[in-house]
Amino acid sequence: MDDPSVNYESSVTYESSVTVNGQRRPLAGVRAHATALEWLRENGLSGSKEGCAEGECGACAVLVGQADGSGGTAWAAVNACLIPAWALDGQELVTAEGLGTPAALHPVQAGLAAAGGSQCGYCTPGFACSMAAEFYRRDRQPGGDLSDDAPCGERGPNGFDLHALAGNLCRCTGYRPIRDAAYALGAPQAGDELAARRDLPPPRPAATVLEAPDGKFVRPRTLAEAVGLLAENPTAVLIAGSTDWGVEVNLRGRRSPLVLAIDAIGELRTLEFGDRFIQIGAAVPLSEVESALAGRVPLLGDMIPQFASRLIRNRATFGGNLGTGSPIGDSPPALLALDAVVVLASTVGEREVELSDYFTGYRRSVRRPDEILRAIRIPLPLAGTTAFHKIAKRRFDDISSVAVAFAIDVDDGLVTRARIGLGGVAATPLRARATEQALEGQPWAAPAVRRAAAALGDEGTPLDDHRASAAYRKAMLVQAMLKFYTEATGEALS
Amino acid sequence: MSALSDRPVDPAVGLPVPHESAILHATGRAIFTDDLASRTAGVLTAWPVQSTHAHARVSVLRTDGALGVPGVVRVLTADDVPGINDSGIKHDEPLFPTEVMFYGQALCWVLAESTEAARLGADAVQVEYEVLTSVVTLSEAITAESFQGETRTVRRGDADAALAGAARVFEGESEVGGQEHFYLETQAALAQVEDDGRVFVQCSTQHPSETQAIVAHVLGLSSNAVTVQCLRMGGAFGGKEMQPHGFAAVAALGALLTGRPVRLRLTRTQDLTLTGKRHPFHASWRVGFSEDGLLLGLKATLTADGGWSLDLSEPVLSRALCHIDNAYWIPAIEARGRIVKTNKTSQTAFRGFGGPQGMFMIEDILGRCAPLLGIDPAELRRKNFYAPGQLTPYGQPVRHAERLGAIWTQLVHSSALARRTEEARAFNAASPHLKRALALTPVKFGISFNFTAFNQAGALVHVYKDGSVLINHGGTEMGQGLHTKMLQVASTALGVPLSAVRLAPTRTDKVPNTSATAASSSSDLNGGAIKNACDQILARMADVAGRMLGAHSQDVRFTRGRVSALGLGAGQDIGFAEVAGEAYLQRVQLWAAGFYRTEGLYWDQKAMQGEPFKYFAYGAAATEVEVDGFTGAYRVRRVDIVHDVGDSLSPIIDIGQVEGGFVQGAGWLTLEDLRWDAGDGPGRGRLLTQSASTYKLPSLSEMPDEFNVTLFERATEDGAIYGSKAVGEPPVMLALSVREALRQAVAGFGPAGHSVELASPATPEAVFWALTAARAAVEAEAPTQGTSGAERAPALTDT
Repeated sequence: MDDPSVNYESSVTYESSVTVNGQRRPLAGVRAHATALEWLRENGLSGSKEGCAEGECGACAVLVGQADGSGGTAWAAVNACLIPAWALDGQELVTAEGLGTPAALHPVQAGLAAAGGSQCGYCTPGFACSMAAEFYRRDRQPGGDLSDDAPCGERGPNGFDLHALAGNLCRCTGYRPIRDAAYALGAPQAGDELAARRDLPPPRPAATVLEAPDGKFVRPRTLAEAVGLLAENPTAVLIAGSTDWGVEVNLRGRRSPLVLAIDAIGELRTLEFGDRFIQIGAAVPLSEVESALAGRVPLLGDMIPQFASRLIRNRATFGGNLGTGSPIGDSPPALLALDAVVVLASTVGEREVELSDYFTGYRRSVRRPDEILRAIRIPLPLAGTTAFHKIAKRRFDDISSVAVAFAIDVDDGLVTRARIGLGGVAATPLRARATEQALEGQPWAAPAVRRAAAALGDEGTPLDDHRASAAYRKAMLVQAMLKFYTEATGEALS
Repeated sequence: MSALSDRPVDPAVGLPVPHESAILHATGRAIFTDDLASRTAGVLTAWPVQSTHAHARVSVLRTDGALGVPGVVRVLTADDVPGINDSGIKHDEPLFPTEVMFYGQALCWVLAESTEAARLGADAVQVEYEVLTSVVTLSEAITAESFQGETRTVRRGDADAALAGAARVFEGESEVGGQEHFYLETQAALAQVEDDGRVFVQCSTQHPSETQAIVAHVLGLSSNAVTVQCLRMGGAFGGKEMQPHGFAAVAALGALLTGRPVRLRLTRTQDLTLTGKRHPFHASWRVGFSEDGLLLGLKATLTADGGWSLDLSEPVLSRALCHIDNAYWIPAIEARGRIVKTNKTSQTAFRGFGGPQGMFMIEDILGRCAPLLGIDPAELRRKNFYAPGQLTPYGQPVRHAERLGAIWTQLVHSSALARRTEEARAFNAASPHLKRALALTPVKFGISFNFTAFNQAGALVHVYKDGSVLINHGGTEMGQGLHTKMLQVASTALGVPLSAVRLAPTRTDKVPNTSATAASSSSDLNGGAIKNACDQILARMADVAGRMLGAHSQDVRFTRGRVSALGLGAGQDIGFAEVAGEAYLQRVQLWAAGFYRTEGLYWDQKAMQGEPFKYFAYGAAATEVEVDGFTGAYRVRRVDIVHDVGDSLSPIIDIGQVEGGFVQGAGWLTLEDLRWDAGDGPGRGRLLTQSASTYKLPSLSEMPDEFNVTLFERATEDGAIYGSKAVGEPPVMLALSVREALRQAVAGFGPAGHSVELASPATPEAVFWALTAARAAVEAEAPTQGTSGAERAPALTDT
């Protein structure tokens, strides 16, 4: 065999490994660009499946032990197809095979099987893992107020949040038995090893230095190391959650000389609540942002549950979404409406940039190749009235045709300040400045809102594509303004 | 022996048992074809070089670059084919083409030590093209008169005269899009060559016998030198009836030429761009009603977009024409069908097989005409139902037509239609921005392959001398629960517990010459064959048991693993295993091959007349939706279904098929949107929605908030295995109720009598434009004209 991608002598000297289903498995010999899914399957753990290779279907879902914020471990479900195997160096993983066996089924497996939750069975291991993550969620409260989600029925009587399964597709069942199985789950029983494991801290992701024939993979622990490496290797690809990296690698064959994982850097993982601003570390996964904010930023509370799926949000970060700079990312419109500031770090120090000055073109920004996006700052106080409107074909886990984020202050019947962020209407996310001007200083009432709606319809340069027509995108801008006003005031408007 | 439909005491059929592999599925232990690769030493991976033009001649194909990539072992081209270079049965699908017929077509295949090397090797193959003019859209094809295959017409009475005499005549056009199967497991095959040169192909295929035949003709071998096995499929839905053959042949060719095992598994994008989909259809129609809304005549021309080759387009078209009546008596009809040839993937079988497109047309017609007739849409549908004794346009009596009315009435009650319609009306009156509506639609779907010869099946049943049972049959498992039902059939037929029966994977060296697992009919066919085999074995065992029990063999009874005889007291029974052991000692054959052919079928394909179906499956659905007037977004609030599966063989499986089929149908009609580049740029003909992020399936958020499925009771079908009916396809068409509910909710934004035109799929954007037109009609304040500005609104014709 002369194909270097199959096997090679690893240059790694310490023993890198991942604990899978309680068993240590060495990583030696694995390519830098191999995904965790490929690695698991090549090692005979074929329960995890590839359905799409881009984090849309969840057939590859596995559980990773992550820090739960209070010293213990949370079992987070993630897409194995998007994660470099090396990014799991030092960590703990559980696959469907490890949840239970035919002779000793895990409660989610027993529930899925008995309810008719599998037909072809290809998506089932992934569903089992996503369900297990929700089964073990510490703050899952049975009973709960069922009416808060009515009539959607998106929370079960056992506190099961259906959004936990938003990133798993099933083509056979029509989902009803899967939902029934999820809503019938009880609490973990005494003796449940994965439940007990939650009380101990997760292993710390290893500091990794790998040189493989297809590239290097390096995970530093400090910001200083990271910016140093980046200064020497400006073509390095930065990853934290790797949810975009996985798509590029799998679907577009992207390979890079250096993959620089910045997910274990303490300076990028902090959340600070100051008097003047809230600072969110660029590498904090969105799920963690959501629970840490606990509703303190209502606009983000609206946006984050609509951002992809929980499988993605358990890995994806603000830093990644802004670093990619896609015009259809969901976080930029919300952060623009919040007047967010990004903090960029390099070997020469830090600088702050208003997010509204950050984007310079399609997937381009003012960030220099030697800079790492360290944090996002959201100035305080927050606007009084906010909303996030995402237009998509599907309610769970879809990409926006148009996204509109509103943040306005109304004082004594007058709009004193308006910030509107837009996605999907231009080559970059943008602020709807003409609309903001049309609102500011005007009465918060139907005539001004109609004028603002018309102005909003003229923002950006929407295109026709497979998601929506330009005409629909434009119409949705107008409608978003009208709907925002109607929902904020209760006044009917059309 | 008992009649096919008779159930013995304590049958295993009818028990609500989970899928036979459910525990293997949930624990990740169930093996799918590509899972075998990591268990196979020395396996090579195959990767395609795909065309970057929709229609072109390949002028240069240089593979030496690929061979320079480390790890690449060989590149397979047309020169390597020892047999016939074709992956179809009509010889219009070259496996290694010289003329590219669609964007993304595979030109050659690279074999390498790893996926990475195979991919890089494919990138290194140089191709030069001589670009030819292409036809991409259905309307371009009609204009260019780019047709293929036969035209077919279903005709009864004088449609022109009926239309001339009708009180109300409407005309219009309807168009429905295609659908990607999106089985979660993409196409996959693994081929190995045995020591004696026989080829063993494991393949995710619905049609192992045809996969075998095509592998054999590509390799220049006879069928006895090729064995195809299908462990199970991760979904298929018709997409693995014809499509797997070429991929299996490539893997087999690679294995033959290299002596190494070869695996081929498409990535999602390769699968989306290489394989056929549900046919898009266009129809132009004229329909005539009596003053009180009875259908009098219909004239329609249906045009199916077949893609680049014929594949199954002709039988799909036939089924569409045979289902344009759906549940309705149309006294005079002329429905003409034709197939266009376009430079796209070759459209193929997809759950319903033309039936959904045919029924879409008549439901679209009724939904659009009801407001113009001033009749409630549900009432318009009900009053046109077939009555017992009436015939379909192709001449088949509509047996059990009274079930349509019975199911409808049950559904009206179980869905609380009257109360909820009133509630929706009250809600709408108070809600300017959200509108709700309920719609009911029926289904009548013919069961059997239209092509009569396919209605046969074989099985192999072994009773071992310890009393355990192993069955094998010609059908494949794609998640539909066929194997579960077959285990229940064998258990019932032999009078043994379900736990005593196991099933071995489908293989062409066990049961030969099988039909595709398709047309919903595989339980009927394979169940009949298994019962036939079991009956043979049981007759022999009854002789043995009679001697053991001192009773006449005809008085011997087999129940739950015990064997007794009429008149014997309690405790005098013996075990099934004891009888099996004794039979062995007496040299009695304990295994049998079973066979089944569906009786009473006849079909004249040219005349489109006959009795092609064994029976009809009936059902009806009531769907309530809520539409957001700001955006066109909607949600399905509640669905109630009453569906006829005869006497269910397996209720969990059947309800799963109804629910899953419904949601899949709803996906086709509301969400799933295939977009092709029809522009004149370099990407012309390219599929734009070629990944899971751009082609959206229903997720949990599209499942109805409340979903009630009831199986119609006391529904014995006396011509089928244990009184059951087929269930795979009919429920797909129940989803037409979602589209009709959306239409009615949109009508809530418009004036009374407004006929709503709704594009398909009815995406939020399509719904938004429809409700914008409805609002415009209010402002136009011209209710008598009913013109909405839409191009294809039905126009009232003076008579």
